[in-house]
Amino acid sequence: MKFTLSWLKDHIETTSSLDDILYALTDLGLEVEEVVNPLAKLAPFTIAKVLHAEKHPDADKLRVCRVLTDEGEKQIVCGAPNAREGITVVLCKPGDYVPGIDVTLGVGKIRGVESHGMMASERELELSDEHNGIIELPSGEVGQKFTDWLAVNRPGLADPMIHVKVTPNRPDALGVRGIARDLAARGLGTLKPLAIPAIKGGFASPVQVEISADLKAKGCPHFAGRTIRGVRNGASPDWLANRLKAIGLRPISALVDITNYFTFGLNRPLHVFDAAKVQGTLRIHAAAGGESFAALDGKTYTLRAGQMAISDDQGVESLAGIMGGEASGCTPETTDVFLESAWWDPITVAATGRALKINSDARYRFERGVDPAFTLPGLDLATQMILDLCGGEASDIAQDGAPIDTTRAYQLKPARVISLVGMDIPEAEQRKTLEALGFVLNGDMATPPSWRPDVLGEADLIEEVARIASLTKLQGKPLPRTVSGVPRPILTPLQVRERTARRSIAALGYNECVTYSFIDQAAAELFGGGSDAVRVDNPISSEMSHLRPDLLPGLLRAAARNQARGFADMALFEVGPAFQGGEPGEQHLQAAGLLVGASAPRDPYGSRRPVDVFDAKADVEAVLAGIGAPARVQINRKAAGWWHPGRSGVIGLGPNMMATFGEVQPKVLAEMGVKGPAVAFTILLANVPMPKVKTPTKPALVLSGLQAVDRDFAFVVDKGVEALTAVNAAIGADKVLIESVRVFDQFAGEKAEAQMGAGKKSIALTVRLQPTDKTLTEADIEAVSAKIIDKVSKATGGTLRG
Amino acid sequence: MDGLDTLKAKYLTAVANVADEAGLEDLRVAALGKKGEISALMSGLGKMEPDQRKAAGAMLNVLKDEIDAALRAKKAALGDAALNERLRSEWLDVTMPGRPRRVGTIHPVSQVMEELTAIFADMGFAVAEGPQVESDWYNFDALNIPPEHPARQEHDTFFMNRAEGDTRPPHVLRTHTSPVQIRAMAAQGAPIRVIAPGRVYRMDMDQTHTPMFHQVEGLAIDRDISMANLKWTLEEFCRAFFEVPSVELRFRASHFPFTEPSAEVDIRCSWEGGQLKIGQGDKWMEILGSGMVHPKVLSAAGVNPDEWQGFAFGMGIDRIAMLKYGIPDLRAFFESDLRWLRHYGFASLDMPDLAGGLSA
Repeated sequence: MKFTLSWLKDHIETTSSLDDILYALTDLGLEVEEVVNPLAKLAPFTIAKVLHAEKHPDADKLRVCRVLTDEGEKQIVCGAPNAREGITVVLCKPGDYVPGIDVTLGVGKIRGVESHGMMASERELELSDEHNGIIELPSGEVGQKFTDWLAVNRPGLADPMIHVKVTPNRPDALGVRGIARDLAARGLGTLKPLAIPAIKGGFASPVQVEISADLKAKGCPHFAGRTIRGVRNGASPDWLANRLKAIGLRPISALVDITNYFTFGLNRPLHVFDAAKVQGTLRIHAAAGGESFAALDGKTYTLRAGQMAISDDQGVESLAGIMGGEASGCTPETTDVFLESAWWDPITVAATGRALKINSDARYRFERGVDPAFTLPGLDLATQMILDLCGGEASDIAQDGAPIDTTRAYQLKPARVISLVGMDIPEAEQRKTLEALGFVLNGDMATPPSWRPDVLGEADLIEEVARIASLTKLQGKPLPRTVSGVPRPILTPLQVRERTARRSIAALGYNECVTYSFIDQAAAELFGGGSDAVRVDNPISSEMSHLRPDLLPGLLRAAARNQARGFADMALFEVGPAFQGGEPGEQHLQAAGLLVGASAPRDPYGSRRPVDVFDAKADVEAVLAGIGAPARVQINRKAAGWWHPGRSGVIGLGPNMMATFGEVQPKVLAEMGVKGPAVAFTILLANVPMPKVKTPTKPALVLSGLQAVDRDFAFVVDKGVEALTAVNAAIGADKVLIESVRVFDQFAGEKAEAQMGAGKKSIALTVRLQPTDKTLTEADIEAVSAKIIDKVSKATGGTLRG
Repeated sequence: MDGLDTLKAKYLTAVANVADEAGLEDLRVAALGKKGEISALMSGLGKMEPDQRKAAGAMLNVLKDEIDAALRAKKAALGDAALNERLRSEWLDVTMPGRPRRVGTIHPVSQVMEELTAIFADMGFAVAEGPQVESDWYNFDALNIPPEHPARQEHDTFFMNRAEGDTRPPHVLRTHTSPVQIRAMAAQGAPIRVIAPGRVYRMDMDQTHTPMFHQVEGLAIDRDISMANLKWTLEEFCRAFFEVPSVELRFRASHFPFTEPSAEVDIRCSWEGGQLKIGQGDKWMEILGSGMVHPKVLSAAGVNPDEWQGFAFGMGIDRIAMLKYGIPDLRAFFESDLRWLRHYGFASLDMPDLAGGLSA
């Protein structure tokens, strides 16, 4: 919402400075976004007087002037025909920037004669297009600032433009008068009365109006207008044109400018029809659908069924509350005008405007709420202005329907205001504030004014009181603690786990990313997503069309971008939501890590090698251990399709899947644009069972004084046999004595098969035996060894390697 | 026993001249071994008269000890020399790099979420969460934003696809963390104090906007919580978060459908040479929106507005992270550029807590 200071002062009697007004506006909730002072660029210029002028010795059209300035007499060479002795001029000195010619002046020499500045024309100061000569001021003292002179003598030019952000609840502040009312309530002045003229119609309006029955209840309860005949629709007077220009509107013609003036001045959008072009009665009706309408913005719209239109016998002439039509628009030739003032339902206007994508100042106001009680007063005020500026004769009012009744009242509870806001605002001040804003108080019941559709309850009264009292004055008061003493922990176990996982993965050397929750459909599909259920209906781009089913595609895309920047090796991770469906709650928390390229940079020690599945496995196991996953887990090979089928595993407990690790499917990798190798892990944080132990006490440490014994075994097995099968079989051989079983070597490949037979490999286990009651004898050890060999052989189909 | 002096001189000279441990061992055997010269003399003692034996024995023992000591000393000296030689030969260029180790980082958004959680936990706020795909009821209606309200249009909402035949209004990607207020109150009732940090979505992408960003919602409901308590809470938060001795906040009247009265909150700051300083200067910078929870919102969440009242606020996490840590560009938060992650990221053990200072 833009307006000028002088426009504001039409509505408020105030002695407050511009700065005070700006501060109050922002503090009242009408946040000042911009202030444009048109005089700022003229600040350096002063008034001077030409003492003497004579022809330049070497140029016929130039004059050499002696000019009296605030810094004494100066010599200035001037080319203006009116430069002559005795005139009062506007002086630009060396060093000043002259806006109209975009030049910073210096001391010049013109045809051999020194010139100390210039005397400006109106165009050179961007005051007008006038450039036939330099400015001759009718008054002014030498040395007086030109801006001060303008402020007194041409205040229209010195009018600061103020741009405020109006929140959607304040349609009344979309008119200058509403803003003035707020300032007056704050105490910055007095709201001037708005006198409504009594217009006496001289004849019945030749254009009559009719609201179709189905719209009277909601869409258009009240439509009024009148014909004014014999008008001259010329250019607006300067004061009006200047105000409109100041707020960024182009003056068009007096009739159109008057409607804009009411839109911004009083939040009362109006429309003017050229009465000569209207055939028959103006009917307000719901469109049947398919009607074509050429609007004043030069575009043609096709109406949908139900949209509100104003039509005459020829067809649609106006889109109700949004925009008038080209066919019946006013032109300089218009002599008879029909002035419309109506009240349109906000929801209906908003729906039509959105559907047709038309933004107009009228729509903006009607959809937020125009004062329904001001339809006829606004019509009369505008009629008077047309009569004043364009002449003519007004008809009687033609109208259908009546203003809607907005009367309602809410209880003002002064104690509640104080309790909620925490400011001591006396009851008398609360009442005074509401009355200043137009509320009518009857006992403790407050009736909001008709221009405040946003006030819908007691809470709104509190807001008005607090707003006017100024929240800037609010002093903080400590929020009492809910418990005395040391604060209790507040995170849930899963929230703690999320943090632990994040810190653990970072500690393993991964860089945390935060990637978008949406990805492109192709990527989503590669990871089991991309269905319509998770499709965003209005994505910002096709790269962000679907909710991510998994964190890996985002990390892979990030890896590809980093590779394009020249980083081949990286470790990236993310902890965040993935979406299995499009209903609220169909999301789950994942922690995913991605290793790409080599394990290390090139170094003198040969550390560099391609990352492999066991890097990912080590990391996922470390994180699982960190978040309290059970030590004994199962690993199956049922990983989803984006994992390498032979080089991936699912870590779980029975049917409960906790994590997946492995190589990313090479085809998926290629489609995501990543140069491999790439290995990854994904942990489903909520699937890891929470530890059952509820006490911080740890179980007692049992230390045996007896010597532990390590024994190594190597088995020849088929190469498809999994090591874990052998380990688990060995553990099962003696659950008391065997403390741990670890794979310490594997011999596989061509050389192994040459030695042990085709399709064979060898797995070497080291078993630690921990006696509990007596030192083991050689015979005891032999007995356990035999059992281990037996169990492992049976479980794997292998034999002890000789 | 003149022979003993000769013997002594012979062995001590030999020990002094021997070059290596093997020669030294030979000398030991020759002198003190079972068949060595001194051992032979020792075994000759048995044939002597007792008196003679006593004197000769004592002298022999002295001689034996002297030679033994010389042998041991020489052995130690040879060992030291050998070790010194080995150490000399084992010289390495220690200016060579250490073995490579990857260094991980924590994203600023995660770090700042932990920081603000630490502060609000101290004031008794728990952490609430909610779904990111929301029904329009939770995202709008329950927050007093009816379907036709212009504020709905100003939210730049992402809508989820609706299957044909499904006549429910489309779900939305939550445009703010405020729906978590409703869910938390509906689940827990009053009194309640929660914050709700998380991802939110708006259909906006330019220099300063990304279609996804992070907000933290705060909610405190009790019998007599006032806007003055809100101001204090936010002042305490900002002081602790920005780690400055004091802050000054300015409340400006504004409008949010879900709070009444509503205020936008500015913080006093200065901008000098591109450097932002919080808590001093003559500039005001808007940092959050807040207000007293609207009675309709309390009712929607099943809390009786005649009995309970309180405040709510919403703040951009990415934004306060940018302000605190001097990060210039919001879009870079989500680009996962390794250079950015390493530069603006935090060490894995850099865990914010109030005892040690958040960023200490």
